[in-house]
Order: sequence, then structure tokens, then C-alpha cells
Amino acid sequence: MLENWAHLWDQLPLIVRIVASILVITVPLLIGMAMLTYFERKVMAAMQLRQGPALVGPWGLLQAFADGLKLLSKEVIIPAGANRVVFLAAPMLTFLLALVAWAVIPFGEGLVLADINVGVLYLFAISSLGVYGIIMAGWASNSKYAFLGGLRAAAQMVSYEVSIGLVIITVLLCVGSLNLSKIVEAQKSIWFFIPLFPMFIIFFISALAETNRAPFDLPEGESELSGGFNVEYSSMAFALFFLGEYINMILMSGMTSILFLGGWLPPLDIAPLNWIPGPLWFILKICFCLFCFIWVRATLPRYRYDQLMRLGWKVFLPFSLIWVVLTAGVLVYFDLLPK
Amino acid sequence: MVNIAFFVFAAILLASAVRVITAKNPVHSVLFLILAFFSAAALFVLIGAEFVAMILVIVYVGAVAVLFLFVVMMLDINFQELRHGFLRYMPVGLVVGGILAVELGFLAATQLIGPVEAAGGPTAIPPVSELTNTQAIGHILYTDYVYAFQASGLILLVAMIGAIVLTLRSRKGVRRQEIGQQLDRKRDQVVAVRKVPTRGGV
Amino acid sequence: MALLDRTARGLFLVELVKGMALTFSYMFRPRATINYPYERGPTSPRFRGEHALRRYPNGEERCIACKLCEAICPALAITIEAEPREDGSRRTTRYDIDMTKCIYCGLCQEACPVDAIVEGPNLEFATETREELFYNKEKLLANGDRWEALIAANLAADAPYR
Repeated sequence: MLENWAHLWDQLPLIVRIVASILVITVPLLIGMAMLTYFERKVMAAMQLRQGPALVGPWGLLQAFADGLKLLSKEVIIPAGANRVVFLAAPMLTFLLALVAWAVIPFGEGLVLADINVGVLYLFAISSLGVYGIIMAGWASNSKYAFLGGLRAAAQMVSYEVSIGLVIITVLLCVGSLNLSKIVEAQKSIWFFIPLFPMFIIFFISALAETNRAPFDLPEGESELSGGFNVEYSSMAFALFFLGEYINMILMSGMTSILFLGGWLPPLDIAPLNWIPGPLWFILKICFCLFCFIWVRATLPRYRYDQLMRLGWKVFLPFSLIWVVLTAGVLVYFDLLPK
Repeated sequence: MVNIAFFVFAAILLASAVRVITAKNPVHSVLFLILAFFSAAALFVLIGAEFVAMILVIVYVGAVAVLFLFVVMMLDINFQELRHGFLRYMPVGLVVGGILAVELGFLAATQLIGPVEAAGGPTAIPPVSELTNTQAIGHILYTDYVYAFQASGLILLVAMIGAIVLTLRSRKGVRRQEIGQQLDRKRDQVVAVRKVPTRGGV
Repeated sequence: MALLDRTARGLFLVELVKGMALTFSYMFRPRATINYPYERGPTSPRFRGEHALRRYPNGEERCIACKLCEAICPALAITIEAEPREDGSRRTTRYDIDMTKCIYCGLCQEACPVDAIVEGPNLEFATETREELFYNKEKLLANGDRWEALIAANLAADAPYR
């Protein structure tokens, strides 16, 4: 039966197969994003001794869809002095980039849309492009709050990319390949977050900064910028930013689990644990990272801008640089280099 | 398929490159520049040089162009004034452009005549099927061109230090936050609990 | 030693971990809020909510048009007009409360000698128009009929303290 299906699948034209695989990734992703907003509100509520959304659907599960519907039915407002094309292109770009990165994410052994050789670099490139959506939105809105938000985002994301890059290099030193599947397979003996624990922490914190999440959500600081780069946006244009931000969160969690938490691998390759299929492990790890994202948001107050820059350039950059050299030294000295 | 893709990306690249210099708004220029970088990266992917493509996107689009955009957005330029000097600087621009065009012509010509055998020739590289081009670049950079590679690294380091030295200024009389000092404070050093007698005052 | 201590604390993010542990522990505490329209907090028997005019068990309205409430009302929200009825008893012909003026001080129910005007337990009487908040006698009597059980219970519960 399964073979028949596989046979049928191979018979389909390439374009149909590609579109089908894209849908298989994006549709659950969008639903997952909707669930993430619900999850975030529920977890934050629990940590703040509140109840969270409880009215729409059973236990409020349909809250995210109700919010989406509300946003869809609103009017798209374009400010008078705005640069129309750039203003409308910015949310699309944000959303597009958030989705495009998923092409290289391996969900399980061989379960990847494009198993390219430079997967990590591709992810890194896409996440570094994410800043354009925000900076374009900030500039095109013709509003000082949005503009300040855009500038903050640009400086912040460029700063933290540096330390993310160095962290990725330490992982690559241990793997010897830029291919994401190979990176996961290299963690069969031990997940990288154990030997590279400080790098794991730095990566996670930088991921918070890269996705503009609390405590680094300065680009949209509600208290001082009244919403930051997306103040002027409404309706679906705003929803696209929102979707983009949350999908980026899921992406960064996925990246964390691939680089440090062993992707689709079970914690120990023993009987009850390896019955659970790989993709499920991967999703569980993503959920754990997302929980940490939300947990941090519920715990920490927002950074001041100079503190943010200090952390990025004066703490993370030297520390990760030292750790790169240290890792390389240890690997060479004990002859542990891959290949 | 690949051919069509090549022409599409090449066309986008050329069109956006033209728009970089013709766009009235400098922010649009930078955005077109980014599009041009991106199409160039796509062309690299098409010839199978995915490492270079990704590095192009990460370095130029992800970092350099962001800073361009950053600066250009902050500028308050009078575009009319900018147009004034156009005719005056045109000859210089034409000369530079002309030289570049001739050089490009030479390059194209060598391709047409046939690749020139380099004297001595580089050491044998394992065939592409065995090696990803990331590894191939690594092999070449750290063997044949290791001195050039180190030298360019050194130049970048000097440039970086130069930039820091030029912009760093230490002003006197500025009170800064010292986080270490703040964290070092203990409760009993700053808070004293006193029993205050009624009508006695502290 | 202090320097070492501080550095170690900073390096191992001790304070960060402490804070995170605290919020995590809060996740398992009972929540402090209630699901309002479906769950309600307790209200005191003395709660001063929407006004109501009560009746005797036989259906006769209690108010005898003494106008003490009108006199004592500090916000001048109550307007009463009275005439003797056919059977000779004195009753109101008009009993209006302007709920937009009322300050819910409860002096009217304190002043009432027959427990006719009371402030009931109802606090959800928001309206869409301002005019709906100008209560007349029918509205107040209807309120009384609607909330009588609760009002009587509240009065009984509070009686020992009066």
C-alpha cells in the first residue's frame, strides 16, 4: 500500500511534488504559529497568575483564529506621507523570508525539502535578511516612532548576527560540514549543548535579540516607541509582521534544536525513546525552545539600548571569539577534528 | 530551465544596477543595490558556487547594505543640489566607466579565446563530485593562497583598528554607569534599618 | 574574594536563573483571577448596587412617599411626586432616579423608614444610551420584583448589625 503511494508520488510531475511538499511544510507551520500565540498567552498568563484566553472555542483554543479573522476584516491604512511600494513590500518581505528559510530545515532523516550543502549559511543569510522588512517598514511609514524602531532593529540585528555567526562556527568546527542533516547526525553520540553549553546559551540569547523578542524587543518598545516599526500598520499588513515574527521564533527554535539539541534524534537511542518518530522529537524540542522564549519574556524586563549594545559587542563577541579558538584548540590537541 | 533562470536573474541584475544610479531617491538606490546583490547571489548558485552565493548574501546584503541603508536613511539630502554637479563630474565618471567597460571586454575576450593555462598551474583539486565547493575553497585558501589570505585578513584588521581609533574619543567629566560597581553593592552597605523614637527624629 | 564571588555569579548567570526559577514556580500556583462573567467574587450583603423599590409580600408597594430619600440625596438624583390614592393611602405618582447623577452612597436606603428603596446586589446595568439610565417608578418596581429574593436575604443577613 505504502509502496503504491510512493510509486504514485514519483510519477507526479516535479512542480506538483514541490508545491505539495511546500504545502506540507507551510500549512502546519501557519497553524503551529497560531497555536504558538495561544500557547504564549496561556503560559504568560499562568506565570502571571492569570487565566489567559478562555472564551473562543474549548479552552480558548480558537482565539488565534478569531484574532486573525478580526485583522483580516480591518481596513489597510496607508499613511499620507508613506512610500507606498516600500510600505507594502516590507510586511510581505518579512513574511516571505520567515517562510523561505524552512526549505532547508530537516524534520527527520531525509525529511527535508532542499538538502543543500550550505544549509547553515542559507539559514544565517535568510535570518540576516530579516532586518530589511523592519527597516523598510520603519522608513516607509514616514513616522518618527516607526523610524526609530527601524534603526534600532537594524543596529541590533547586525550586532547579534556577529555572535550568532561565531557560535555557528564553533558548531561547524565540531561537525565539519555545513549541511544541516550532517550537523544533526554528528550529534548521535552527544548533543552539542553539553560540550558547548556556553555557546548554547549565547546562541539562545542572540536568537532572542535576532527575533526582536523580550528582553530585546526594543524595535517595538511599546512604552517608548508606542509599537515601534509597525505603528502605522493595520489589518493584514500588520498580521504579516506578526506572522513573520512568530514564524521566525519557531525558526530560531528549530535552528537551536538542530545546532545544539540534536534535531530529530532521541535523547538516548534506547527502546521506549526511539519508538517515537524523529519529526516528533524535533517538534518537541522546538516546543521546548519556544517555551523558553516565552518564559524569558514573562521573566525579564526590557533592556536599555546601551546595555543591549554592550552585551552584544563587549560580552558576547569576545566570549564567543575566545570559545571558537578554544574549541578549535581542543579539537586539534585531542585530535577530535571530524575527518 | 537553468538557462531561463540565468537570463531572468541576469536581466534583474542589470535592470536593478541601472536603477541604482538612476533612482531619484537614495533609499530606493540602496534597495535596488540589494536586489542586485541578491540576483548576483542567485547567479552564483546557478553556476554551482553556493558557498560564495551565501557569503555574498550574508556579508553584503546582511551587513554592508544594512549599514548603507542606515546611513542613507539618516541623511537629509537636497536632491536638486545633488543634480547640479552632474555635468561637471560626468567626464570623470565616463572615463572610469569606460575603463571598467574595456576591462570587462578583455575578460569576455579571454573567455571567448579560451581559458589561459596558468604557469605552473595550481595543485590538483579533487573533482567536484567528491568535494563540496566550501571544502574546495578552503583547500585552496589555506594552501596555495595562504599568505594572500592572511595578508588580506591583516589589512581588514588594520582597517578595523583604524576605524575605531578615528572614531573613539574619550570625553572628560562624563559619568558612566558602572555595572560591576552596582552589582557589587550589598544591601547592608546602602540600607540601614533604624529604630526611631517617637518625636526623637533620626 | 568578593571579586571572585561576583565574577562567578555573573558568569553562571545566577541571578538570571533565580528569576527564571521564580516565574517557573509561579506557573503552578493557583491563579489569582476569576473567569468573570462565569465566575464571580463574593459580594457583601451591604453591597450598594442598582436601586430597587420593594413591595410587601401581598403585592402592595412599600413606598409611602415620605420623600426622606429625596431630601437626603446628596446628588439630587431622586425626584418624587405624590398624591393620595382613591383608598386614601399616600402613594407616589412619580418616583424617578437619575442613575447618571447617583453616587451610590446608600443614604436613601438608610433614610427609608419602610425599607422601600434599597440598593440591590446587581452591578451590571450598563446601557447603550444615556436615557435608559433615567429610571422611573415602573423600572424601579420591576427591579424590586426581580431581585426581591436576594435583597430580602441580604437585609436579613445584615439585620443583626443595624
